[in-house]
Amino acid sequence: MSGVRAGHVPPARSDGPSVRGDAPLVLGIETSCDETGVGLVRGGLLLADTLASSVDEHARYGGVIPEIAARAHVEAMVPAVDRALSQAGLRHRDVDAIAVTAGPGLAGALLVGVAAAKAYAFALGVPLYGVHHLAAHVAVDTLEHGPLPGPSMALLVSGGHSSLLLVPDLATGAVIPLGATVDDAAGEAYDKVARLLGMPFPGGPPIDQAARDGSPTIAFPRAKAGDGTFDFSFSGLKTAVARWLEARNRAGEPIPVAAVAASFQEAVVDVLTAKSVAACRSHGVDTLVIGGGVAANSRLRSLAAARCAAAGITLRVPRPGLCTDNGAMVAALGSLQAAAGVTPSLLDMSASSTLSLERP
Amino acid sequence: MLLLAVDTATPACSVALADVEWAEPVAGTGVVRVTRRAARQVVDPRRHAELLVPLVREALDEASACPADLDALVVGLGPGPFTSLRVGVVTAAAFADALGRPAYGVCSLDGIGADTSGRVAVTTDARRREVYWAVYDSGERVAGPSVGRPGSVVEELREMAVRRVAGPGAQLYPDVFASLGEPVEPATGPGYPSPVTLARLAGASVLAGRPPAPLVPLYLRRPDAAEPRPPKAVAV
Ligand SMILES: [Zn+2]
Repeated sequence: MSGVRAGHVPPARSDGPSVRGDAPLVLGIETSCDETGVGLVRGGLLLADTLASSVDEHARYGGVIPEIAARAHVEAMVPAVDRALSQAGLRHRDVDAIAVTAGPGLAGALLVGVAAAKAYAFALGVPLYGVHHLAAHVAVDTLEHGPLPGPSMALLVSGGHSSLLLVPDLATGAVIPLGATVDDAAGEAYDKVARLLGMPFPGGPPIDQAARDGSPTIAFPRAKAGDGTFDFSFSGLKTAVARWLEARNRAGEPIPVAAVAASFQEAVVDVLTAKSVAACRSHGVDTLVIGGGVAANSRLRSLAAARCAAAGITLRVPRPGLCTDNGAMVAALGSLQAAAGVTPSLLDMSASSTLSLERP
Repeated sequence: MLLLAVDTATPACSVALADVEWAEPVAGTGVVRVTRRAARQVVDPRRHAELLVPLVREALDEASACPADLDALVVGLGPGPFTSLRVGVVTAAAFADALGRPAYGVCSLDGIGADTSGRVAVTTDARRREVYWAVYDSGERVAGPSVGRPGSVVEELREMAVRRVAGPGAQLYPDVFASLGEPVEPATGPGYPSPVTLARLAGASVLAGRPPAPLVPLYLRRPDAAEPRPPKAVAV
């Protein structure tokens, strides 16, 4: 069975994304968490991007329940593919390659997308590209801002990840991890603090909203801020907020929600942006890409813009709809890999929840 | 009509290519003749996602067929362990969508029970010390599918006057099920769901051109998920 590929490798193109008309049409499938995403990309052009989310089903649990996510993916998968194709006015047989998130992510959720991708690739007789979820978060920016000059730095922050990556060459090179959270992801910290403040899940948007009416007057801790690594830690911050609220409650004093939200948010984005700029400096990189759901955060965007400008670093942040998990990012990376002549994945590939940061 | 049938509701990853036609000269009598063209089965409870499409490819190669030759897809909807079950269901759904062909779901236990005679219970492993089960009378399902502990399943079967038990679930608890009166059928009896049988069972719908029902896996259990305690009780 090994050695079996879904289809033929398209010829490597040196002119790549600039030739859009005859570049391969790549269908991307993303199911690593609670979003069923399907995107269609030809060259550097996004033709369709559909998303079905089970987030409402997880809200009452305060976090993503893997089994609920996996069931929702099964239900949403084929309709999402059909919707993407009809959005682009294309048919199944127009698809030249399939790309799918192979990991990292929730094992059961990933498997639904991988199984579907393999079936589509084999049935249509086209190559299959199993891609790295974090690399796809970086690749999606090329749909908005064009080819990424190598090397670049990537800060990926969401409910599932907080990572700093060095990206020497998105399509062909390795993605090198410089640091990651040692406990909670940044988005997870937002969810937990939102819960403490009685706000809905997911916690990012309501905290961002509340913080606009307050000032960061409470000095919450910046864990690992000056430790010289590119790692993050947010669980102590969440605990500090909880203790502060408890003390306030015991004293019978009202909770200044806007100030707590602003102070918590400032503590998170201060460390994220400081370490990102430091990583760029220490590796001589002058482009920073921010991705993941937390990249939609207004304070993260404004502080990163200010600090990058001061340091002479070009900041690239995709529009919020492309920052969260979606199929477009997977199609974007698959499209870059196809253009670079990367060898397609085998039909006996599987998902890997702990996929390493090197190429899958 | 050429059918591709798959089942991933047990440790077996099973694939078959089968031709179906009306057995009688007069269509509509409902009797389907099925001819096996190729079949593959690998028993490995952890590798369905890796194995399934390569096995489909092997079966197609053996039959000198290609995906576009398929007239319809058939898939076992379970019950079975959720992760592997989903692999079969979503693979069949995507395959059918890519080719513009219908996909029909059949209860996986029917892939064992339809080939039995008399009154017999079919069981498969539901893990957590439980079994999935259904009761068949001359190959027709008359009860189930359900899930339960072997001890309480035996009680229900006794009330339904079932004495014979088949399938891999009973083999895990032979003493419990033997208490019904007859020894549990050995492993050489009905084993895992047969995809050829699933193709036969879907055959009438395929041949009659009946639109398929949505492919909804038979989970029979709710997801494990507990609502968190109220915020005041959150440990810090
Ligand atoms: Zn993500």
